[in-house]
Amino acid sequence: MPDSIIQIQKVNKWFGDFQVLKDIDLVVKSKEKIVVCGPSGSGKSTLIRCINRLEEHQKGTIIVDGTEISEDTKNIEQVRAEVGMVFQQFNLFPHLSILDNCTLAPIWVKKMSKKDAETLATEHLEKVQIIDQAQKFPGQLSGGQQQRAAIARALCMEPKIMLFDEPTSALDPEMIKEVLDVMVNLAKQGMTMIVVTHEMGFAKEVADQMIFMDEGMIVEKAMTKDFFDNPKSERTKLFLSQIL
Amino acid sequence: MSINNFNLLKSKFQKNRNISLILGFLFFSIGIIDFYLNNYYNTNITSFLPRIINFFTPLIFAVIGLHLIRVEFSGIKILDSLNKNINTSNFNAVLSTSIILLIIFAAPPLLNWLIFDANFAGDTKEACTGGGACWVYIKVWFNRFMYGMYPNAEQWRVNLTFITVLVFMGAGFFVPARLKNYLSLYYTLLLPIISFILIYYIISGGSFGLVWVETGAWGGLSLTFMVSFFSLIFCFPLGMMLALGRRSNLPIVKYSSLSFIEFWRGVPLITVLFMSAVMFPMFLPDGTYVDKLIRVVVAITLFEAAYTAEVIRGGLQALPRGQYDAAKSLGMGYWRMHVFVILPQALKLVIPGIANTFLALIKDTPLIFVVGLLELVGMLNLAKTNPKWLGFSMEGYVFAGIIFWIICYSMSKYSQNLELKYKTDR
Repeated sequence: MPDSIIQIQKVNKWFGDFQVLKDIDLVVKSKEKIVVCGPSGSGKSTLIRCINRLEEHQKGTIIVDGTEISEDTKNIEQVRAEVGMVFQQFNLFPHLSILDNCTLAPIWVKKMSKKDAETLATEHLEKVQIIDQAQKFPGQLSGGQQQRAAIARALCMEPKIMLFDEPTSALDPEMIKEVLDVMVNLAKQGMTMIVVTHEMGFAKEVADQMIFMDEGMIVEKAMTKDFFDNPKSERTKLFLSQIL
Repeated sequence: MSINNFNLLKSKFQKNRNISLILGFLFFSIGIIDFYLNNYYNTNITSFLPRIINFFTPLIFAVIGLHLIRVEFSGIKILDSLNKNINTSNFNAVLSTSIILLIIFAAPPLLNWLIFDANFAGDTKEACTGGGACWVYIKVWFNRFMYGMYPNAEQWRVNLTFITVLVFMGAGFFVPARLKNYLSLYYTLLLPIISFILIYYIISGGSFGLVWVETGAWGGLSLTFMVSFFSLIFCFPLGMMLALGRRSNLPIVKYSSLSFIEFWRGVPLITVLFMSAVMFPMFLPDGTYVDKLIRVVVAITLFEAAYTAEVIRGGLQALPRGQYDAAKSLGMGYWRMHVFVILPQALKLVIPGIANTFLALIKDTPLIFVVGLLELVGMLNLAKTNPKWLGFSMEGYVFAGIIFWIICYSMSKYSQNLELKYKTDR
């Protein structure tokens, strides 16, 4: 498939004796939005962490933008620079201001000049609407603001793919919307996105494909409309009935 | 039991607060006066009581007094702050009184010895006639305590070097903002080299028409400073490397760091110094010679680096995993991740621990006497055995204590300032 940007084939992963991923197959096309859902412990986070090798898979192949991710990958940093990631716990760097958080990687990884990096950061911070907080430190911001800053930080690397690992799970309910709005905008601009989330409203609005995982396996993979309207497996039906 | 009985006293006088306050003040004063008389005039106004009771009467009186003046709010500023700070409960009153009595007991004789009865004038042992300390001794030996056996006529060289090094150290505070990134390199690399060159050419001498002074003659406080300065500067980056090495994924790096740390932590410093002086030269090929002082500085540096490494490792482990994940996900490699994200945070966390290690290092320097180098304490030990000046070891140790306290206290203050300065989060 020429337009596929991520190819995952027969990926298996164990934590000790415990198998977290079982024969995962997934193809993501460029500009596609995929939402992954499932009960906790089903391996969704592990799966997307394997895509930029924050976790190592033991069997199978993962190809991201033409580069196979494995132990032998010499330039894993280059792959990571093209894959942005947003975490549940924001993981902003607390010793740097929001602006410095955003410019750090462009300056030192992409070798941008400080001025260019700041222009770029300002642009992205404006997009997520926290440009007025740029000089503050992460500890002085609300959860929603921190998460938006984290999205801006990832975007500053101008990635081809964005991974979201439960971006709204650590937020107060009233802050969830501001983060989801940013993500919806990002989706509309044509970013390739893989999102692990339980926000089904967001999924219905944005996702091209839905994936339901349980016990390390992909139980159901369907177009969004089919997934919600007539899910095939019993497990998915049960999950949806509980979550909706 | 007896403390509960005091409550009866209080209830009796509670109706009239003023009587209670006056009585309390009286009791407290009687307690203090009683103690004062006991100690300094050998009169015991409560001697009619059994021995076991009249020994405690000052404490009992004073605590009853404090109990009586413990009122909710009086409007008298001193009384209120007294009640709030040292008189919140009977237990607290007992502790406060004990401390006050201890100060009355210890402070006057101490001050007499240190200042009022002490001898400052003169320059022979005979000038010391009073009962207090003989500071003449310190005065006469002052140059030796500062410069060791360094020739008197050449001591300006030591002063010059120290002042120059201080200027170079201070220069770091005035660099323009765009050079700030290179400051740590300047302090860990350039400054030691500059200092070494200065010490080599000016203090050691032997060229430019300066008389050569061998390191065995160096000593006193200036030697303390030299040894601490170089050990501190070198042990920090080395400790940092070891801490990172110990957490590395590469087995060779990991296990060599680990065994290095465990080796130096397992050996007493005094043994290390002995080995540097006695064993190390045996491993050198004939004809090569490494100066004693350099061997000692290297030994102390390696020893303290092991401790620093463990302190820094503590900081590295305290960081949440998410920080590593975030740095990696932005495409940073190992070194960029550590230099820009991990170490700035980890080092900030371990400032108290590092300060601790550094203070311990400074206070360990007297141990270099085992290889024949006499810094401040070594010179004191030498001076106290001088037949002309026997019997003044107390003054010497008090003097050394004060000097070390000043050094360590200023370092401790500095580390507290650093902590405040880098407090951006949490």
